[in-house]
Amino acid sequence: MEILDAPVQTSIKKEKSLKKIMIINSKATVDSVYAALILANGARMEGIESELFCTFFGLEMLQPKKMDHLHVATVGNPGLHIPTMIGGLPGMETLASTMMKKEMDKLDIPTVSEFLEIYKASGGKIFACKLAMEMFHLTKEDLWEDIDGVLTVGDFYSRAQDEGCQIIFV
Amino acid sequence: MEATLANEKIEVNEQGYLLDMDQWHEGIARAIAAEEGIELTNRHFEVVNFLRKEQKNGTSLSIRKIGKSGVVDIKEFYELFPEGPLKKASRIAGIAKPASCI
Repeated sequence: MEILDAPVQTSIKKEKSLKKIMIINSKATVDSVYAALILANGARMEGIESELFCTFFGLEMLQPKKMDHLHVATVGNPGLHIPTMIGGLPGMETLASTMMKKEMDKLDIPTVSEFLEIYKASGGKIFACKLAMEMFHLTKEDLWEDIDGVLTVGDFYSRAQDEGCQIIFV
Repeated sequence: MEATLANEKIEVNEQGYLLDMDQWHEGIARAIAAEEGIELTNRHFEVVNFLRKEQKNGTSLSIRKIGKSGVVDIKEFYELFPEGPLKKASRIAGIAKPASCI
């Protein structure tokens, strides 16, 4: 019979070092908004506390009238490989955005409004930037009813004080 | 690799997911759930059985699909399997680790 030098170790569960993630989105383009939503919601899927903070044009994703009609930029977006002069033609942005949304639909990616609901049901939190709201003359009534609040930059940092918290600017 | 679950030798991958979903039974589900710190109720089993059915049909699972299934809504899914519901529920259901980003 074989005798082991050391007792068999039971697997030790490692404590997660990333406990909370805070995502900031300042843009209204499809790519920026989905990157923010996938990161924020993906954190919840991994059991990580998650908060999403929208500022500047990022507030568009929180406005019910606009959230499902976001565009992809056809000018100043070299990744799209459309020459700038053609990208600027009327209707190009709508065409490119419709095509991208079709591709996303094939992959079963939800619309922004549905994604926000999925994220919220997962326990994720969503905040709007106070200063940006004032700049765009928006009130809380203009925003999605389920947001968790309106924050100043100080409020934002005070929420980031826990150990194991990371901030990502999309 | 092999793991001992409910006094049986079961083939699992290095993350503890069953390699053969037909080796699964309720005792194994309870043993894996205990490792995850979850005590299984009938409600858990309703979800687990749904996941197994979907896996058999070859559907790739996502939280969104589960939310639309009518079996459980997303909020309850997170309550039943806290901290990583899709991964934990799949492991307990004896099916492969889901590769979904949504």
